[in-house]
Amino acid sequence: MSERRTFILILAFGLFAAVLFSGCETVREAGTQIAREAGVISADEAESINRGAQAVEKTWQDLTPEQEYYIGRAVAAQVLQTYPPLDRPEANAYLNLLGQSLAIFSERPETFGGYHFLLLDSNEINAFAAPGGLILVTRGMLRCCENEDELAAVLAHEICHVEKKHGLSSIKQGRLTEAFTIIAAESAKQLGSEELASLTREFETSVGDVVMTLTTSGYSRKQERSADAAAVELLRRAGYPETAMIAMLQRMDEQLTDAGGLGFVKTHPSARSRADALRTTITDADSAPDAVRQQRFSAVIKPIVAGQ
Amino acid sequence: MKIRVLAVLFTISAGAAFATPMSIQVRNCRLRATPSQLGAVIASVEYGALVQAGVLQKGWYPVTTADGKTGWLHESALSRKPVAMRAGTTDATTGVSSDEVALAGKGFNEQVEAKLKKDGKLDYTWVDRMAAFNVDADQIMKFRTQGNLPGGAQ
Repeated sequence: MSERRTFILILAFGLFAAVLFSGCETVREAGTQIAREAGVISADEAESINRGAQAVEKTWQDLTPEQEYYIGRAVAAQVLQTYPPLDRPEANAYLNLLGQSLAIFSERPETFGGYHFLLLDSNEINAFAAPGGLILVTRGMLRCCENEDELAAVLAHEICHVEKKHGLSSIKQGRLTEAFTIIAAESAKQLGSEELASLTREFETSVGDVVMTLTTSGYSRKQERSADAAAVELLRRAGYPETAMIAMLQRMDEQLTDAGGLGFVKTHPSARSRADALRTTITDADSAPDAVRQQRFSAVIKPIVAGQ
Repeated sequence: MKIRVLAVLFTISAGAAFATPMSIQVRNCRLRATPSQLGAVIASVEYGALVQAGVLQKGWYPVTTADGKTGWLHESALSRKPVAMRAGTTDATTGVSSDEVALAGKGFNEQVEAKLKKDGKLDYTWVDRMAAFNVDADQIMKFRTQGNLPGGAQ
């Protein structure tokens, strides 16, 4: 091999290695281009390297809203295997009216399938945001809300997890690299049965990562704090008092101290510390809840909280 | 007069220069008359359709659809990359590589969900029921008015 070829080869592979660490598409393409022109690799090999590297570079942020939607549906289906739904049409209709009235003020009002809300028949104090906007709230969580404003605070917090794609971010990178590699390797629109089986396995394990985060391990403290801060802003934009967030957290703190609520304790930083962190940013004065809001909340939610 | 014509021509060409082709990345996308989720609906825009987007203003793009309708879309409804394989989606119209077009719409999609259902691994009954809970803009406005919710800054 001539000195020139050796030099080009080293340069090309150096650039290729650089891209694996830097994720820069231009550098990678320049590397494969040089190697191809020098005759070190064929055009097919160059394309294959580019495609493979493209798959390696992709992260959860590259998932499209459509892919997020299918992940979210499977996450919700899986959570519903553990937490049965609460089949109360009037209450679920109210929850959706309230939730969607908030979601339109979010930084991300449009998701592939939109925001939808459902009550769960569980006394555990918890709420789950499946990617794409499927939000589940337990009966136990309703007990932490004295009025519509406080329930709005719960929903706003979950909407912000969806907005910031916190669920998707818990998918392990290796699974996505595998999935994107399968997709990149297959050029036909419909996957063959073998590729489909492999892709479905990656899908299931990705869904498993999100469910594990939602139900057992929890988001990071930083993610919870950022969802809290964004939720306060969302409440403000939608016309609800920001103080509702603190009132709800205080009530949750009391309830968690009184009884079980193990799920939420495991998956969230303490309610008291969250309320303390928000106090510095909230300037609203406490105000009496609006009578109409109080009435419509009590009419549908109070019977459920009372276990009727 | 000449100056006015020139000014108009300049505005049009500047507008054309700033227009970016973008794809609709959500289902049930609605073109709005004003930059607000509660704005009047001008038309529905199909998933994957290409629109020409102007300059982003506080989260909203002024857009023109393929059939010439103009209105506003929230940035979360739009993607610079093609999102679905559609007839007429070519490199020339989108300015992206054919690789990206080939990848669009693949991956974790309904084919994967269909396989999970076929294998009997997940029950989607309640997921489908909750996805059918819909609320329209009129209901939201009534809910907000009755509940004395001020503002509405988006």
